[in-house]
Amino acid sequence: MLRYTLKRIGIALLTIFVLATITFFLLKLLPGDPFLNIKVPAAIQEKQMAYYGLDKPVIQQYFIYMKNIATGNLGTSLKYIGRNVTDIIADFFPVSATLGLIALLFAELIGILFGILSAQYKNRWPDYVLMFFAILGIALPSMVIGPLIRYFFGVQLRVLPVSGWGSVEQMIMPAFVLGLATIASNTRLMRACMLATTTQDYIKTAQAKGLKPVQIVVRHELKNSLVPMLAGIGPAIASVMMGSFVVEKIFVIPGLGKHFVSAVTTLDYPLIMSLTIFYGTILVTMNLLVDLLYGVVDPRIRLE
Amino acid sequence: MDRNQLYESLNPDLLQTEEMVRPQTTYLKDVWRTFKKRKTALVSAIILVLLVLLVLFGPMMNPYNYYSNDYTAINSAPSAQHWFGTDTLGRDLWTRVWVGGRVSLLIAILATLFPFAIGMVMGGISGYFGGKVDMIMMRTIDILMGIPTMIYNILLIVVMGSGNISTLIIAFTLTGWMGSARSARGMVLQIKAREFVMASETLGASPVRIIFRHLLPNTMGIMVVGITLTIPMIIFAEAFLSFIGLGIAPPNPSWGQLISNAADVFKNYPYQFIIPCSFVSLTMLCFNLMGDGLRDALDPKLRA
Repeated sequence: MLRYTLKRIGIALLTIFVLATITFFLLKLLPGDPFLNIKVPAAIQEKQMAYYGLDKPVIQQYFIYMKNIATGNLGTSLKYIGRNVTDIIADFFPVSATLGLIALLFAELIGILFGILSAQYKNRWPDYVLMFFAILGIALPSMVIGPLIRYFFGVQLRVLPVSGWGSVEQMIMPAFVLGLATIASNTRLMRACMLATTTQDYIKTAQAKGLKPVQIVVRHELKNSLVPMLAGIGPAIASVMMGSFVVEKIFVIPGLGKHFVSAVTTLDYPLIMSLTIFYGTILVTMNLLVDLLYGVVDPRIRLE
Repeated sequence: MDRNQLYESLNPDLLQTEEMVRPQTTYLKDVWRTFKKRKTALVSAIILVLLVLLVLFGPMMNPYNYYSNDYTAINSAPSAQHWFGTDTLGRDLWTRVWVGGRVSLLIAILATLFPFAIGMVMGGISGYFGGKVDMIMMRTIDILMGIPTMIYNILLIVVMGSGNISTLIIAFTLTGWMGSARSARGMVLQIKAREFVMASETLGASPVRIIFRHLLPNTMGIMVVGITLTIPMIIFAEAFLSFIGLGIAPPNPSWGQLISNAADVFKNYPYQFIIPCSFVSLTMLCFNLMGDGLRDALDPKLRA
C-alpha cells in the first residue's frame, strides 16, 4: 500500500509540475509584453517591467515563478490592479466549491438510486424511462438545458429565482444543471455494475440462505457495485468543475468559474495562468484522493 | 504396380457435400448483421446521414447566405421566406444552422481523427517495443493525462488566439491523443502474442510493417467505437468553448456559437435558441446511440 501511495503521489506532483511548466512557457510564447504602449516613455516601461520581474532572463523568471508557486504565491492580476490572485481565489472559490459539492452529492445520490431502480426493473418500463432520461442527460449539454429550465421554472412558473446566489432556492437549478451529466453517466454505470453482480455466486448463496430481496440488494449488490462507482468520481469532479464555467455564467453566480471566464474574455493572462494552475492542482489532488481511496477499498488495484 | 490400384479415384458427387450450403459471410457483413439488429443504432445512423446531407446541401436550398444582414427582417419568426427565421442581425437562420453544422462537424470529426491517429501510432510503438520505450511513453502519458483536458484546451486556445477552426483542432489534438494511445497499447500487447505476428517476424518483416500492417488494423474495430463516442464529446467541447467566448469568431457560425448568441435573447425569441439546440442534442444523441450499437457489433468480446 505504501509503495502504491508513494507512486501515486509522485505522479500527481510531477503532473502539477509539468502543468506549471507548460503554462509558464506558453505564456512566454505570446508576442509583445503587457506594458507595450507608445505613449509611455521607454524608461517608465522598463521600470514597470522591472517591477514585475519581467526584465530578467526567461530561465531566471521561471525559477522565481516556480518558487512563488511552491510557496503559494500565485501572482497578481492585470485587470484588478494590485489584487493578489490568492485573494481572488479566497473570495470566490468558496462559492464555486459549495455549488460544486452540492451538485456532486446530488448527482451521486440520484445516479446511484436511479441505477439501482433501473437494474431492479431491467427491461421493464421503469428501466426504459430511466435509461431514456440517462441518454437525454448525456445529449443535453448544460448550455442547452440551463437557459431552458431557467426560463420554465424562473420566468414561466416563477417558482425559483432566475439568478443570484445565497438562498437555498437559488442553489436548486444551478446544482441540478451542473450535476445533470453526472447523474446520467452515474445511472448508466450503476445499472451496469448492479447487473454485473446479479450473476455472482455470492448472490446465489445469499438467495439460497433465504435473504429477503431488499437485503440482497442493499447488503451485497449495492456494496459491491459502489467500488467501481468510486472510479467515476474523478471524472465527475472534473465535469462539475468545468461545468461551473458555464453554469455560473448562465445563473449569474459570483464564483471563481465566472471569474475564469471573464479573465479569458478580457485576456487577463496572469490571472488565466494562475487559475489554470489552481484548477489543475485541485483536480489532480482530487483524482489522487480518489485513486488512494480506490486502492484502500479494492486491494486488487494496488497489487497490480 | 499400376497407379490406379494404389489410389482410388473419388466419386465427384461426394465433393458436392463439402460445398458450403450457406452463403459465406465476411467480417463486415457480420458486423452489419449485428448492428442492424439494434433498431436505435440503425435509426441513429440514418438520422446522422440525413443531418450530414442537410449540412452539405442545406445552405444551397434557399437564396440566402450566412453573413448578409436583412434589416427589414430582424428577429423574424420562422416563415415561408426564412424557414428557421432570422437572428438579431437579420441573418437567415436556416443557412446559418447548416453552415454552423459544417463548422461544428468538421471540427468534431478532424479533432477526433487526428488524436486517434496519433494515439494509435504511439500506442502501437509503445506496445510493440515494450521495455524502456514502453515505460517512458506510458509514464509520460500518465502525467499528461493527469492534466485536466478542458483547462489545457483553454490555455492552448488563449495562447494560439481564438476564433479559428484550425486553432480548435490543434488544441483538441494536443490534448486528446493520450486516451487512444493507452487503449491501442493495451490491445497491441494482446495481439502481439498471437501466432500471425510471430509468423510475420520469422519471415523478416520490419517492426514498421508489423505495427502498421498487422497490429494496428486489428485494433480498428474498437478504435472506430472510440471515435464514434468521442465525436459528440468534441461537439460538446466546441459548444462549451463558444459559450465562454473562445469558439469560432463571427461572422462564421458554429453550433456552439449559435446557441451561445441565442441564449441571451431566449426569452423573446425562443426559436433562435431551440432550433440549433435541437440539432446539437440530436447529433450528440445519435452518435452516442450509434456508438453503443457499433460497440456491440464490432467488439467480438461482447458478442454473446
